[in-house]
Amino acid sequence: MSNKYTEDDLREELKTKEYEYGFYTDIESDTFPNGLNEEIVRAISKKKEEPQWMTDWRLEAFRVWKEMTEPDWANVNYQKPDFQRISYYSAPNSKPKYDSIDEVDPELLATFEKLGISLDEQKKLAGVAMDVVVDSVSVATTFKKTLGEKGIIFMSISEAIKEHPELVKKYLGTVVPQKDNFYAALNSAVFSDGSFCYIPKGVRCPMELSTYFRINQAGTGQFERTLVIADKGSYVSYLEGCTAPSRDENQLHAAVVELIALDDAEIKYSTVQNWYPGNAQGKGGVYNFVTKRGLCEKNAKISWTQVETGSAVTWKYPSCVLKGDNSVGEFYSIAVTNNYQQADTGTKMIHLGKNTKSTIISKGISAGKSQNSYRGLVQINSRAENARNFSQCDSLLMGNECGAHTFPYIEAKNKSAKIEHEATTSKIGEDQIFYCNQRGIDTEKAIALIVNGFSKEVLNKLPMEFAVEAQKLLEISLEGSVG
Amino acid sequence: MDLKEKLVSSFLVFEDQADVDTYVHDVRNDAIKIFEEKGFPTKKEEAWKYTSLNKILKEDYSVFPKQENALEYRDVKKYFIHDIDSYKIVFIDGKYSSHLSQTTHDGIDVCLMSAALSKPKYRLIIENYFNKAATKESLPSLNTAFSKEGAYIHIPKNKLVEKPIQIIHLSTGNESATLLQPRNLIVVDENSHVQIIERHQSLTNNAVLTNSVTEIFANKRAIVDYYKVQNDNANASLIDNTFIKQKRESVASVHTFAFGGKLTRNNLNFYQEGERINSILKGVTILGSKQHVDHNTLVHHIKPNCESHQDYKGIFGENSTGVFNGKIIVEKEAQKTNAFQSNNNILINDKATINTKPQLEIFADDVKCSHGCTIGQLDESAMFYMRSRGIPEKEAKALLMYAFSNNVLNSVKIPEIKQRITKIIANKLGVNIGFDL
Repeated sequence: MSNKYTEDDLREELKTKEYEYGFYTDIESDTFPNGLNEEIVRAISKKKEEPQWMTDWRLEAFRVWKEMTEPDWANVNYQKPDFQRISYYSAPNSKPKYDSIDEVDPELLATFEKLGISLDEQKKLAGVAMDVVVDSVSVATTFKKTLGEKGIIFMSISEAIKEHPELVKKYLGTVVPQKDNFYAALNSAVFSDGSFCYIPKGVRCPMELSTYFRINQAGTGQFERTLVIADKGSYVSYLEGCTAPSRDENQLHAAVVELIALDDAEIKYSTVQNWYPGNAQGKGGVYNFVTKRGLCEKNAKISWTQVETGSAVTWKYPSCVLKGDNSVGEFYSIAVTNNYQQADTGTKMIHLGKNTKSTIISKGISAGKSQNSYRGLVQINSRAENARNFSQCDSLLMGNECGAHTFPYIEAKNKSAKIEHEATTSKIGEDQIFYCNQRGIDTEKAIALIVNGFSKEVLNKLPMEFAVEAQKLLEISLEGSVG
Repeated sequence: MDLKEKLVSSFLVFEDQADVDTYVHDVRNDAIKIFEEKGFPTKKEEAWKYTSLNKILKEDYSVFPKQENALEYRDVKKYFIHDIDSYKIVFIDGKYSSHLSQTTHDGIDVCLMSAALSKPKYRLIIENYFNKAATKESLPSLNTAFSKEGAYIHIPKNKLVEKPIQIIHLSTGNESATLLQPRNLIVVDENSHVQIIERHQSLTNNAVLTNSVTEIFANKRAIVDYYKVQNDNANASLIDNTFIKQKRESVASVHTFAFGGKLTRNNLNFYQEGERINSILKGVTILGSKQHVDHNTLVHHIKPNCESHQDYKGIFGENSTGVFNGKIIVEKEAQKTNAFQSNNNILINDKATINTKPQLEIFADDVKCSHGCTIGQLDESAMFYMRSRGIPEKEAKALLMYAFSNNVLNSVKIPEIKQRITKIIANKLGVNIGFDL
């Protein structure tokens, strides 16, 4: 009898069963129907109790978006998302996902373990209900107080629209206009939430805003909108994301980040991104299509640092518009791809002012069957006297089934411009591994060591506590990539 | 009627007159279909992002130059490298000039494409090589559709061609605007060695657009040296499409000296189809007022243990635009590839623009690939050193610029070409000094 359901069949079924935790689908009520039209945009705005000008702003973006087509110039292949099959609003889920830590996927816990995250934090990150949250809440409150004393505004963007409309109205969309690109337009129309940060004149933000984030991490929305304004002479260091792997229920992420550094201000923006990259066969995973841009006024400085290890498809170019004289833009990036991940990332440095400087250090590491591209633009406009750029893009290939690509665009319209661009591609030398092996370091550790050395220049730019974790994260991301 | 329509409709006339060899006939017909479908490239295409053909396509080009034009050797002598003995294939307005040429069939074939396409004894070579390297992009296809005349060079096994071959295209400007589409085929068999010099020159200021295709096949251990001298008038535009297929252990080098013309686009493509191949791409670009030069190179590493070396230097003066778009692809199989690319530029005027895009696409892990690209100025301390020793500013600048491009000149193997280029550079920089100090 062949059609009897045997134990073997069951075992087989369990083996081939899709991973269940990758995408969380059971969304609580208060979710909008799938699809996108003007009504939905209005409804999102209404739900968030936004003023009329905001609703209009969203609608304008939506009208532009309708006319646009999805770009396909990036060096990535993926199934294009169907925008009418996405629900554009779901109320934040306040109910914990799990009742006890035992229910959490052990693989996830193992990763937490390796990253050295404390048990309480693990619970929080995995969405486990916690009885004792005194610790984090009290710390968060202390932070809020310190920030408040300095006059720093740090809140969600929906709150800011209500409480500080004048600031939001003045700056929102000035760096990334609604019609900037397809995903920016979509984000402008439907963004659900995000962060808003304002540092008043001459204030040096007393703490890394990252620290705050770690403890009071808000759920990352699908269409996040971040606006950071550093007023004259101020300084802020901001970190988004988390080294801990996020298992997010949304497949498409289209965030927009706008930074505004007024005269003499400095913004340091660090990102650690480790979203679900899909399984080893390249199924599932998050699409991360992000628009990030900063505007520098006179003597201002914006520094982007990113560690990208997650997402199935990453498409991201944090950029600097160096508008003011003597302004400085920096971009430090590590992008690691493994299995079937694809990353097309880089930066744009637009030099408009005199004596502007930019530095680009990009390190790409590809393993497995992944594709990793650097795409960058350095543009020196005709009035940008004495502009200076240095770019370096290094790629490391592990295995012969992955690819590393560089597409730098360099456009100079001023004779006093000085631009240097360098790119190299290589693999880890057998002699280097041999040297380590000889000294009793096994191959996997040796590779971690070499990769860390390769990415040191960028890791050094991260806030200290994150640098340590990011280093571990690199090791984990490349785990099993060595045969 | 725009140029595209004009070309498509005149193809019928052209095909009626052309001898209907079935093989080439089919190739031409397929090619015109591709062109009809794709049309001229626009800035929307990534490969043409920085170069717009709009302006030059507006001219009312005459597609088939009517009359034969004779020229006296003494009038055009200066466009030849005349101080060395060489084979010459000369075309005036796209028509062969037997008077100025010196061809041969003695052991090697240095002759005409029209002869090769029509005579049965060349049939095998044509069927094996013609249009086998050119891509199916719109401009090469347009050339293929109208391919009729050009240089045909076939060097059989084990021949060292003792003197260089010059391919010269002259246009008289008897018509207000002329479109020329020369088609060259160069096949170099095992162990042979050849040196070729190519030049396009218009004799008046009437508009000329040349859409040239050159296919070069370097078989086993062959050595091909190719020099392109581009120093044309202000209304002459050139779209040069060169495709080089190399077999194992061959060495091919192309030097491009781009000094002039209204718009010059060099599509230079190397395909390495064997092991231990070396490909060399070098260029010097010196531009003045309103000129535009676009170097678009591709080196496709397909097999293991190969090398490629690219070195392009550019100096850009008033209102000129320079583009460098270099691509290196290393296939999965091409392990142990060494691919190097360098692009250095100097802007000497605020109205000059340089756009450069060096790309690497690498699918193999055991490779050494690098590219470097710089944009900078002349070294002020070096300038000061020379000025303080009594060298006038202009000459000092010229010396520095010459030194800047000297790397590329050093690898030129024919001394007479080097001398000639040196003179052109001096001329272009407006100084009267010999650089051979």
